[in-house]
Amino acid sequence: MNTIWFLLIAISVIFSVINGRLDEFTKSIFDGAKSAVEVSLFLLGIVALWLGVTKIIEDSGLIHRLSNLFRPVISRLFKNIPQDHPAITSITLNFLANVFGLGNAATPLGIKAMQDLQSLNPGGETVTFEMMLFIIINTASIQLIPFTVIGILSDFGSKNPAQVVLPTILATALSAVFAVTTLFISRKIFK
Amino acid sequence: MTTANFISQLMIPVFILFAVAYGFAKKVRVYDCFVSGAKDGITVVIKIFPYLLAIFIAVKSFQASGAFDFAKDLFRGLFIALNIPIEVIAIAIIKPLSGSASLGVFTDIVKTTGSDSLASLISAVIMGSAETTFYVLAVYLGAVGIKKTRHLVSVCVVSDIVGIIIAIGIVKFLFSLR
Repeated sequence: MNTIWFLLIAISVIFSVINGRLDEFTKSIFDGAKSAVEVSLFLLGIVALWLGVTKIIEDSGLIHRLSNLFRPVISRLFKNIPQDHPAITSITLNFLANVFGLGNAATPLGIKAMQDLQSLNPGGETVTFEMMLFIIINTASIQLIPFTVIGILSDFGSKNPAQVVLPTILATALSAVFAVTTLFISRKIFK
Repeated sequence: MTTANFISQLMIPVFILFAVAYGFAKKVRVYDCFVSGAKDGITVVIKIFPYLLAIFIAVKSFQASGAFDFAKDLFRGLFIALNIPIEVIAIAIIKPLSGSASLGVFTDIVKTTGSDSLASLISAVIMGSAETTFYVLAVYLGAVGIKKTRHLVSVCVVSDIVGIIIAIGIVKFLFSLR
């Protein structure tokens, strides 16, 4: 992350000097600051909402029962999560929200999953393999039907906007498999 | 299509009703419980904020400085040689960086090339099959204060690149069958 951030900033400054866009550069960092505040405020609402809802399923014990239910599916990939740990439920709920394209629920539930995984983390500030796996699957965007994209296509008069569904599912599945395989292989290399 | 849409719309209301009803039946003080959970949301978002700020500043300045346009030009030759519509370059570069910007670029591609063009189809599949990787990394790692990311970022970047190649390949293949 350090390298990528440094590169983005350094390249941006160099290019704005070359292109004589110093003005735009300065404007853009304030723009970025503004977007960060806007997105955070938006996140504040939905994260608080979902943490409230998940607190109810935690205190009622539902989260452990659901974890037992979802365990057969999730534990094939996430081997180091104990029997009825809440992480199993939050990971499953995040995956379901992603699959059904519920972006507003996926991120808060993902944050909840990260917190649950962090409770199993002995290293504190070092990422665990389970966290990496969880994030990798999330960045592969496991979405079944891309409603936003289909909406835009049909707005602009596509005859058959649903034709993107099959290639999207194929591409998502293949890239998710690739990403997870890469992670498992890299675990062997970096160990 | 409408059935799938309906099921998606049904998920959240049903889940919330189920959670609240189950809690109520188990004699949990659902209202107080919801409020105390929601309070944690504030702490989480405050933790995430500086990470988001760092990412947004980097991405916005990358676009504004003209580096984004330069990157597009850099790949132009390659895309022409492989017979891939050059409009796709923009979406391939911007999608991992920014969700709102990529939606803008995508709308623009559909508007200028037509909604049934090869460029629109490839872009649509990239939109649906790639994620705003750096935003996800910032939010998820920031939320729990992870600083040492080991090889996570490299695997994400490699997977993004391969994912985009896969998306282009699949659409080109399906398109050539017609």
